Amino acid sequence: MTPALEIRGLRKTYKNGFEALKGIDLEVAPGSFFALLGPNGAGKSTTIGIITSLINKTAGEVRVFGHDLDRDQQAVKRSIGLVPQEFNFNNFEPIGEIVVNQAGYYGIPRHEAWRRTEHYLRELGLWEKRKDMARTLSGGMKRRLMIARALVHEPKLLILDEPTAGVDIELRRSMWDFLRRINTDGRSIILTTHYLEEAESLCRNIAIIDDGQIVENTTMKQLLAKLETETMVLDLSEPVRQLPHDSEIPLRQIDELTLEADIKRGQHLNDLFRVLDHAGLRVQSMRNKSNRLEELFLRMTRSDAAPSHLTQGAEGAAEQPENPQ
Amino acid sequence: MSERHLHDYWVAFRTIVTKEVLRFARIWVQTILPPVITTALYFIIFGGLIGERIGDMDGFRYMDFIVPGLIMLAVITNSYSNVVSSFFGSKFQRHIEEMLVSPIPNSVIILGFVFGGVARGLSVGVAVLLVSLFFSPLSIHNAGVMLIVVLLTSILFALAGLINGVFARTFDDIAIVPTFVLTPLTYLGGVFYSVSLLPEFWQGVSMLNPILYMVDGFRYGSLGSSDFPIMVSFAVIVAFIAVLYTAALILLNKGIGIRS
Repeated sequence: MTPALEIRGLRKTYKNGFEALKGIDLEVAPGSFFALLGPNGAGKSTTIGIITSLINKTAGEVRVFGHDLDRDQQAVKRSIGLVPQEFNFNNFEPIGEIVVNQAGYYGIPRHEAWRRTEHYLRELGLWEKRKDMARTLSGGMKRRLMIARALVHEPKLLILDEPTAGVDIELRRSMWDFLRRINTDGRSIILTTHYLEEAESLCRNIAIIDDGQIVENTTMKQLLAKLETETMVLDLSEPVRQLPHDSEIPLRQIDELTLEADIKRGQHLNDLFRVLDHAGLRVQSMRNKSNRLEELFLRMTRSDAAPSHLTQGAEGAAEQPENPQ
Repeated sequence: MSERHLHDYWVAFRTIVTKEVLRFARIWVQTILPPVITTALYFIIFGGLIGERIGDMDGFRYMDFIVPGLIMLAVITNSYSNVVSSFFGSKFQRHIEEMLVSPIPNSVIILGFVFGGVARGLSVGVAVLLVSLFFSPLSIHNAGVMLIVVLLTSILFALAGLINGVFARTFDDIAIVPTFVLTPLTYLGGVFYSVSLLPEFWQGVSMLNPILYMVDGFRYGSLGSSDFPIMVSFAVIVAFIAVLYTAALILLNKGIGIRS
């Protein structure tokens, strides 16, 4: 089956000599929901810029559904819808016209363009605002506007660069539902995000890019299986009197009503429950200490400590309901 | 090129032109009204108050002589400023990317912006023409020549505006060329005087000014009087259009100012 995206030996050196991409290879299967993760400056946006013809590559090959970017750029462009990281629409244009005009650039006649615009603006809850100037929209609405604009020419591959940055949790959830739905309908999706919990929740496949190179490219399941240790936080219903010594799963007391337990790969939650039962500890609730993907991400990229952008992601994760394992 | 591609390009071209027309129409108080008021003041002050003391110019009442030049002045500045501000604005707000990610050829992007500029140039030109009727009767020697000269001139300066927009990095950059190049060339392009009044040396220098041929060609279409043969005017304008279009296409194909 022809891959949705195939990248071979992609390199980009900017005029100032900065080597943003050092020969990356990447393949995204059709129908995939694919996460492209990496720290700031790792090369994510450069990669997306090259795929979408906004940045000229230095070397390498890019194919989208078999169409070569060098030989058939128009077919590549028709196959892709882009939701960029930065707002890039005319703030002084009504939002209905922004979407209709985008359809026009793809040769879609105005009547059909309005029909599709109505469909996507309704889906994303913006139809009532179609006559409003884009500058009057909230941040979340602007993100949804860019999604409607990216879909109006019905691309087979949707690329979203940080689509939920600055979006509140309720809206983020509804955007996730929308993206899951259009993925289920057969559209391939590539997503970059700083909210690693978002990638874990939505994406089946993942690539991690660091310093212009792909350091991991696998399924989400296989990646998470590499996690050596998971730390669980346990909220107790009664204060701890005494912790068990020499138990197969070590427990740490955080405060009177909170414990932490490190579960190694190969151990099961049943083992933890047995230890807790044996010690007479009653657990009211339990959650992962941190996002599992975040731990792997930090290990695979060059950072020694959590960089500032991940703090943002951790805050996003902290807003989520508890995730019992 | 397949029929489907032609259809798609036609739709894309119409989309850009419609977008451009709606853009300047929405802000008509900033785009249409000021040149009309400015030109009306020219008519009142230069044509009416001062013009009556000047007497005839090339055998025409001074007011009648300056009308074609002032219409061209309005067309030139508005065609130029529409494209330069719209193109730079689309770079500044990054919505030029809407076009760059879509399958529109660069030639269609250029034509779309240019004809958006032509639409504003001609709109203002017609508005100025209507104002001029309060001061001078409409004089048409050859309507075809008038129309072709004004259209080609508008295309030429819209292209020039696009190239300025490609290179511009700040709002200052889009004001420098109109202020320091376009306005002096237009004022020295025979809007207010016949080039035959100048000493021989300055007549020779004036001939290097392309705007002179445009104003002269338009004046020929209106009054039937010109300093140069009309075919010379056409040849100069068409040659400049060919050079500027080629330059614009090369710039966009290389991604200068718009792609990393």
